[in-house]
Amino acid sequence: MSINRREFLKTMGIAGASLSGVTALGASKSELESSEFYSILHDITLCEGCQECEFACAKANNLPAPADGDYPDSSKKRVLKPNQYSVINAVESTAGEVYTKQQCMHCAQPACASACLTQAMHKTAEGPVTWTEGKCMGCRYCMISCPFDIPKFEFDDNNPKIGKCQMCFSRLQAGQVPACVENCPAGALSFGKRSAILREAHQRILDDPDGYVDHVYGEFEAGGTSWLNISPVPFDELGFKTNLETKPYPELTKGFLYSVPSVFILWPALLMGLREATRRDDKVGENHE
Amino acid sequence: MSESILSEVLTPKASRWKFVLSEFKPKASLWTMFNLISVPTVLVAAVIIVIRFIYGLSAVSNVTQTVPWGLWKGFNVVTGVAFAGGAYVLTFMVYILGLEKYKPLVRVTVLNGFLAYTFYAFALILDLGKPWNIINPIIGNSFGTSSILFLVAWHFMLYIVAQLIEFSPTVAEWLGSERARRNLKRLTLGAVVFGITLSTLHQSGLGALFLMAKGKIHPLWYSEFIPTLFFISSIFAGLSMVIFQGSILQRVFAYQMDAHSDEHHNIMIRGLSRVCAIAMFAYFFLKIIDMVHNHTLGYLTTTMGAWYLVEMIGFVLIPMILFVYGVRMGTPQLIKLAALMTLIGIILNRMNVSVIAYRWDEIPRYIPTWMEWVVTVSIIFVQIWIFRWVIHRMPVLRTMETMTARVKD
Repeated sequence: MSINRREFLKTMGIAGASLSGVTALGASKSELESSEFYSILHDITLCEGCQECEFACAKANNLPAPADGDYPDSSKKRVLKPNQYSVINAVESTAGEVYTKQQCMHCAQPACASACLTQAMHKTAEGPVTWTEGKCMGCRYCMISCPFDIPKFEFDDNNPKIGKCQMCFSRLQAGQVPACVENCPAGALSFGKRSAILREAHQRILDDPDGYVDHVYGEFEAGGTSWLNISPVPFDELGFKTNLETKPYPELTKGFLYSVPSVFILWPALLMGLREATRRDDKVGENHE
Repeated sequence: MSESILSEVLTPKASRWKFVLSEFKPKASLWTMFNLISVPTVLVAAVIIVIRFIYGLSAVSNVTQTVPWGLWKGFNVVTGVAFAGGAYVLTFMVYILGLEKYKPLVRVTVLNGFLAYTFYAFALILDLGKPWNIINPIIGNSFGTSSILFLVAWHFMLYIVAQLIEFSPTVAEWLGSERARRNLKRLTLGAVVFGITLSTLHQSGLGALFLMAKGKIHPLWYSEFIPTLFFISSIFAGLSMVIFQGSILQRVFAYQMDAHSDEHHNIMIRGLSRVCAIAMFAYFFLKIIDMVHNHTLGYLTTTMGAWYLVEMIGFVLIPMILFVYGVRMGTPQLIKLAALMTLIGIILNRMNVSVIAYRWDEIPRYIPTWMEWVVTVSIIFVQIWIFRWVIHRMPVLRTMETMTARVKD
């Protein structure tokens, strides 16, 4: 994962000195240039809320299709479920009714993958954050850590799964684009390498500065995500989380993790030293009891 | 009856198994108030656990998609581990600093810590969606080394072993094997040093678990200092547990205490109270620095702010003052009250961080079901059963000599 992390940041041109310590280990130059994350852009101005992506998602992942009557409606908020990886919501905004799409953001450095103690959550070199059932313990620490509250857990099952979008990882490996992108009739979803998609997003904003707010959601949120959004209205109006860190969430635990080896080496030495220093002379040579 | 047991202790090997088997017989009447409450509760919990494994967590628990950790993790694991912190603090004082006067408390505290960790590991397994995969981070087919939980899990396991080693000489004494006792005793210092190191890291690690939940935990409880705060509070949480537990043990196991030990106990309690008060002061001070540093003072006027003040003033500042007064005025009653209040404060703090202030903005709130409560309480009950069984039989509160002397009288 660390290599991908580095590549990503390098591509983004914001690779700072802060990362050089751990992540520079062993990544050769050719490796760095050979791959870059895939990315998907949701252009909210183009989305018609038709739910084709939801149906395609359900079909591609063998999940139940949205029920009759379960359609985007600005009077209710539809939520992700263990068996629904993507939801479209209608939102009444200052630019009229617009449609948002919620699914895993596929962070460049995902909190869930760094939280997972079995590597069940994994950031692939291609970009998708995948979940492997055989590794998962069901501890739900990924849910605690995810800044977007994406992973959902089958609480009603005795062999529960974590449900979340995997960016159709198996389709990507087969050279296909994700099901939602392929089936979007409005052209609201674009898929490609992240740098190209990001350039496209900024270009659309430049070309129509009145039609969009100048913000690519996902460019810096949580340190950058594979999923990007552009919108005609500020994102907080649409219920997007706007109180997020702009640095990757695993960075929040870095200081603690770095202190672990120090404590492991220094504590025993310190403790033994203290013991020797406080030992009374008449006890020297005696068994410690 | 006890005379025959002791004669068997003194004749090794051949009769040792017979002795161990005889020890499984109850030593006191089973018809106590505690048993009348605990036995039915644990039976109900057993049924609830079966239901949980057949129909999934939601059949018995109210945890939600947004608040995925409930009572079993927040109370049994996160709070329970803080309560069990007394073992590493006391072993530090006795084996590292050589403060021999606290020695009488070591065995009972280590026993309590060992049982607590073992049972809380059990609570964790109940809460896991796929408990059979718990071997994954252990056997090494998939190490998530960047995970704080990986670190905590390993330290948890290793510390259980360290505590077992620390307690093992007591078991050897019980079985009457002097040679085993001597050999096991040689391992004590190593286990203590290793145990303190592990405790430092996993007590703070339990706090570090929540570092990535920035923005999801109310700003009054979220802090970059959370690992340090968890570590410092585990010191006074653990010692308060030692004090509180001591006052109960003195009543329940009065037959094992003599007047002399009563006097000595009060001296120890006063010393521990001072340590508590100092640790609580450091904790309180760090909390204030944190509040100023993160500009969260403004939240104090909100509902969550009032709840925060209940925790910080009612159950940290006031018990801290009570500890100081209790020591000054030499009133054990005041100290015991302070210890109890401190323990409540720790429950509030740990539950706030992991459950209550976690996604505090989410409606509806997570409220545990009665079934979650029954299981939580039952885990503690079973722990007390085993604790009681050990105390009645092994030289934990008293030495083997006093046990022998009593029989000879």
